[in-house]
Amino acid sequence: MSIALNLKNKANKVMGINPEDARISKSYFTVTFVALLVGGILGLLQGLNRAGLLELPSWLNYYQVLTAHGLLLILVFTAFFTIGYFYSVLSHNLDGLLPKVRKMVWIGFGMKMVGFVLAVIPILMNDATVMYTFYPPMAASPMFYIGLVFIVLGVWMAAFGAFIQVANWRKRNKGTHLPILSFFATGVFVLLFFSSIPVAIEVFMIIPWSFGWMETINVMLSRTLFWAFGHTLVNIWYLTAISAWYVIVPKVIGGRRFSDMLTRVVIILLVILNIPGGFHHQIIDPGISEAVKFMHVFMSLAVGFPSLMTAYAMFAVFERTGRKKGAKGLFGWFKKLPWGDVRFLAPMIAMIAFIPAGAGGIVQTTNQLDQVAHNTLWITGHFHLTLGMTVALTFFGVSYWLVPYVSGRILTTKMNKFGVFQTILWTVGMSLMAVAMHLVGLLGSPRRTSYSTYGDHATALGWDPYLIFLAIGGTILIIAVLMQVFAVFHLMFRAPKGESEFLIAEEEENATKTPFWTERWSRTILIMLIIVAMAYVIPVVDFIGDPGSPPWRTW
Amino acid sequence: MQMHKHEKIWLTLSSAMIIGFLLIAGYQTFALELGPPSHKETIDPQKVDETAPFDEPGVYQTGENEYEVVMTLQIFSFTPNEIEIPAGSEVTFTMTSKDVTHGFQIAGTNVNAMVMPGYIQKIKQTFNEPGEYLILCNEYCGAGHQMMSTTITVK
Ligand code: HEM
Ligand SMILES: [Cu+2]
Ligand SMILES: [Cu+2]
Repeated sequence: MSIALNLKNKANKVMGINPEDARISKSYFTVTFVALLVGGILGLLQGLNRAGLLELPSWLNYYQVLTAHGLLLILVFTAFFTIGYFYSVLSHNLDGLLPKVRKMVWIGFGMKMVGFVLAVIPILMNDATVMYTFYPPMAASPMFYIGLVFIVLGVWMAAFGAFIQVANWRKRNKGTHLPILSFFATGVFVLLFFSSIPVAIEVFMIIPWSFGWMETINVMLSRTLFWAFGHTLVNIWYLTAISAWYVIVPKVIGGRRFSDMLTRVVIILLVILNIPGGFHHQIIDPGISEAVKFMHVFMSLAVGFPSLMTAYAMFAVFERTGRKKGAKGLFGWFKKLPWGDVRFLAPMIAMIAFIPAGAGGIVQTTNQLDQVAHNTLWITGHFHLTLGMTVALTFFGVSYWLVPYVSGRILTTKMNKFGVFQTILWTVGMSLMAVAMHLVGLLGSPRRTSYSTYGDHATALGWDPYLIFLAIGGTILIIAVLMQVFAVFHLMFRAPKGESEFLIAEEEENATKTPFWTERWSRTILIMLIIVAMAYVIPVVDFIGDPGSPPWRTW
Repeated sequence: MQMHKHEKIWLTLSSAMIIGFLLIAGYQTFALELGPPSHKETIDPQKVDETAPFDEPGVYQTGENEYEVVMTLQIFSFTPNEIEIPAGSEVTFTMTSKDVTHGFQIAGTNVNAMVMPGYIQKIKQTFNEPGEYLILCNEYCGAGHQMMSTTITVK
């Protein structure tokens, strides 16, 4: 058994990924980029509509489009990339996937697809025009929620598959640290699993109510359960993105990783501190006292700490690598970076975008400032920066080498140039759009609202010039979307065959040994649960017994 | 834990910044009473029309230069609408929703609050500058959400 495994392991390292494992990642990536394509086109429709340039036909209303755009990009695009990426990591790091795990992740894939179809049909039929947040008491057709249940179950299958793979490897490698990318994967799947519990509870409250078996639903409780999930999802992408920054980017630039120990500490902190952040989506809600809200300012800001640790780590790696290559002076290292390599350029721009994006996040989470920004287009601008730039560009940067890797193909110089150009277009388009959204949001233009001059009110007319910039940005962006989707499918099916390398940087020289307590996931999870309890018990108990609402269909 | 000196300085500054934000937010909330709208009363959302004060929505003078606006939000309107008040008055908006979740925002001011069925929300604002302010709903509430607006005129 162990000899066979060993052989397989060696074969794995030499011949690249096991074809069966490759098929898993390729399938997940296919869904990811189809979601990007469709979501991007819908996004453009929204951008043009909001600028007053496009009137949507009567059979396709703005809010249907927006519900689909949100669901495709916030859920499908991100979740499928994350799972496809980390499963290739688990396969590469941990001696190939176990047959059982492979089966689980395929079942998970099927459940998510079934769930997705069930959720999309009512959206297309205008029976679930409730946004991806589906706040009760708006009630969609029950089929929509049943679809969500399947999606959650599918995610759980992928998470449990990962846990089994990791546990099995640890049993076979006692006393060894989990390889760093698999450590990231574990953190991500732990968060995915625990954060989807509250939304599962919410959906199980909603289903009987949407069928009419229960008369009313607790509106604030549902909303709070939703954001315990919704906010954590954000940090799941973030954790996924920084796994590439800490481990892959140093390899691309020819350097070594930042301290293994501090990397693991950042992961643990992000896992522990994450879930309570959800309350910053409810800063101006009724029913929660100022004192509880203030405690949550702290809980949210705490996540800033590991982020700032990350900022330091990244620049330290760049500087060290540059100096090793002979850079002089304070900023000489800057010129030594491989700007012409898309595998570097895309995640680098992603990191730079996170400086204003993170600052914006700190602003929004501070109670009084949120009152200015809440539910305006500022927020939409914020997450097009965080999700649309920081996360998306990191994913794209990874896709330029990982897709060829899992497909047994190579990234040619020509495709690399194409990628660089695509990255620049994306950056220009998204920046224009996000800046316009931030500014017009400060002037009061609300999010999730189709074009309206509010009876030609002077204030609303003043937003128009910014909204035009939003539309211009969106138009540039759609070209970059098309290019990215083309690149992925080209790299998957058309690029020249050949061996690619799985990019993982080595640990720094003379690194101190990472203490073994970092491997104690049970303790990390326990602390996480205690913090979640501290954050949620008081407000949730407070909501219980509040008067409920009957279902409404207002569209 | 072994850390570079520069990293320690950086992380100290980071912590100081985060704590600074926290202290300022706390000072504003508790000392200056600038906390976010967080009213905690509940109401049966199916009986809003029969429950005081929402059985008689309107603008009420409550003191010299002080007004209370008792308001219901429903798809896709505000009751009362087209409000008028004299310049310099302090206005407390007492609101609830008769159906789904709405948002209450006055463009160009810091007035921004979620108004949800089952809950009473309050927010206070002093209007010094005369003009016609745009009130709009900033939470998606249905097909006519983009039309849900009114004005408050300060004279
Ligand atoms: C061509 C590209 C894109 C365009 C033109 C675009 C445009 C827009 C616009 C105009 C809105 C908001 C409208 C409103 O609130 O009324 C929006 C919302 C949103 N966008 Fe995009 N977007 C694009 C790509 C993306 C990408 C790549 C992502 C994420 C990876 C993304 C994620 C979202 C999300 C999550 C929302 C919020 C949905 C909601 O409020 O329910 N978008 N987008
Ligand atoms: Cu959040
Ligand atoms: Cu409304």
